[in-house]
Amino acid sequence: MTAAVQEALELGKVESHLHPEGSFDVEAHEVPKGREEIWRFTPLKRLHDIHDDAPFADGATKVEVEAAEGVTVETVAADDDVRGLSGLVPTDRVSARAWAASTGATVVRIPTDTVVEGATVIRHHGTGSATAGAGHAVIVAEKFAKATVVLVFEGSAVVADNIEIVVEDGADLTVVSVQDWADDAVHLSTQHAKVGRDANLKHVSVSFGGDVVRHDFSAEYAGPGGSVESLGLYFADAGQHIEHRLFVDHTAPKTKSNVVYKGALQGEKAHAVWIGNVLIRKEAEGIETYEENRNLILTDGAWADSVPNLEIETGEIEGAGHASAIGRFDDEQLFYLQSRSISETEAKRLVVHGFFNDLIRQIGVPELEEKLTGTVEAELAKNINTLITKDNA
Amino acid sequence: MSTLEIKDLQVSVETEDGPKEILKGVTLTINSGETHAIMGPNGSGKSTLAYSIAGHPKYSITGGTVTLDGEDVLEMSVDERAKAGLFLAMQYPVEVPGVSVANFLRTAKTALDGEAPKLRTWVKDVNGAMDKMHLDPSFSQRSVNEGFSGGEKKRHEIAQLDILDPAFALLDEIDSGLDIDALKVVSEGINDFRAREAKSVLLITHYTRILRYVKPDQVHVFVAGRIAESGGPELAEELEANGYEKYVAAGV
Repeated sequence: MTAAVQEALELGKVESHLHPEGSFDVEAHEVPKGREEIWRFTPLKRLHDIHDDAPFADGATKVEVEAAEGVTVETVAADDDVRGLSGLVPTDRVSARAWAASTGATVVRIPTDTVVEGATVIRHHGTGSATAGAGHAVIVAEKFAKATVVLVFEGSAVVADNIEIVVEDGADLTVVSVQDWADDAVHLSTQHAKVGRDANLKHVSVSFGGDVVRHDFSAEYAGPGGSVESLGLYFADAGQHIEHRLFVDHTAPKTKSNVVYKGALQGEKAHAVWIGNVLIRKEAEGIETYEENRNLILTDGAWADSVPNLEIETGEIEGAGHASAIGRFDDEQLFYLQSRSISETEAKRLVVHGFFNDLIRQIGVPELEEKLTGTVEAELAKNINTLITKDNA
Repeated sequence: MSTLEIKDLQVSVETEDGPKEILKGVTLTINSGETHAIMGPNGSGKSTLAYSIAGHPKYSITGGTVTLDGEDVLEMSVDERAKAGLFLAMQYPVEVPGVSVANFLRTAKTALDGEAPKLRTWVKDVNGAMDKMHLDPSFSQRSVNEGFSGGEKKRHEIAQLDILDPAFALLDEIDSGLDIDALKVVSEGINDFRAREAKSVLLITHYTRILRYVKPDQVHVFVAGRIAESGGPELAEELEANGYEKYVAAGV
């Protein structure tokens, strides 16, 4: 191949902290000390050394699969070619270690032209093992397929995993990752999607439980006209660290991305981090992107970091914007509701439900919506004493 | 029967330059079944009066009393005041994203009565109130005040007045921003409410226009945090002809 052709086929290299060089070689990634840009918010001391050299073993989680009709789910060996299909190259040490340590991969495949009714659910139940687990999954929606895949994480475990998502041309895939862990779980997940020509991906991350949950979701486009909707909902309780790092790499023209993450925080040292990165490359003309993060701080002692970044290499775009907010209850809203006889506690509950409702409706997975509304209710109930105490203060 | 008695009410708000006194001793008694109009220029404190009675946290009461049938209103929380029979229709009703009008109304009614409303009559009552205010039944599924036009917000306030049926309605500039058709609809709603037994209204307005449709028993001119003059409906006519100038000049 001549150099000119090579150049035409490959995307230019972008000098940007938004776009670190990846590597499969674990030792190419230094052990993080906590000052690095990508680690500065994460409490390394609570990671059970999976960012350093803690061993991985099978058995940290038990996996149950409920495959919808038309969807195949199988386990393949670690050396299977399907690994890497999404273009994922680890950009941090945990992801690289998980890649090297996983002994196989779960492959979910939706065949070409198959429109699947109902969701395929892959449930990971933490067994409470003291040794960390390394996971790998590849979800492939072949051309013009349409399906919903739900990953559920629950129980107690320390897990690092790589989840690859491939949405082929014209396919329409929804992937929901629900982190409903027990209080002591640690989960570092790297999720990467490659979105084909005119394909749609809806990626949803829902985090409630866990001691440290850090999710890095990135997306790139394999052709023009692709669309990514990235939704997130989280509820951080006392002592919990929930971190989301998003990176949408607009690698093709006429592509779209819409990122909306909403979280509520309550209790001492509840901490949420949201980093939303969007890169619009030179070749990504006519694209449209919007990212938004909203945090509702319910009590004293909780804090949130929210950092949207937008890097634009071409001005020939339809639109690009972002919004970020960290706020407490709006006194005017509470006053309005209370002036209609609604108690302060009930008014706060209504406001929080309202805060999440729009987002829950957008998920578009009916079997999940009711459960999520219920989980929000249960989370609020945990803190109802604090809210009542504040009422009387 | 209920009487709202405001005696020498003094109210201040926190500003960057320290507390600023807004109400400088307001005394007013509204008996059951009466409609009082409070009129005044911008910044005279008339809205502050309504919000202070309803218990908005922004305002500090520095003196005076407010009682409802002898009960100390100022000691009550905002929701307790509402349960005691006070209702405030706001000039700028607040948006509550993600909370449907139906959910909001049902929650309010349940809090008010201490039990959930009977399903069959409830739906009928809500639809009836919406219909009277020329609001489409689909309105119930929209988020509270979100994306409502100015007129829809005001009509939604009056629909709540109808449904929640308080003893005392404090209407803060319910007429501002309404075209003549919407003004008539809102006025009819207020008059329907007044036609019920023992209902009182405190109507705060900048303009005399609404008083052509809602006839007050008494009119008070509010200037610089005080009632400058009180009288019958004829006082409104005089204000329409001459404006607030003579009061503002005297107040300075």
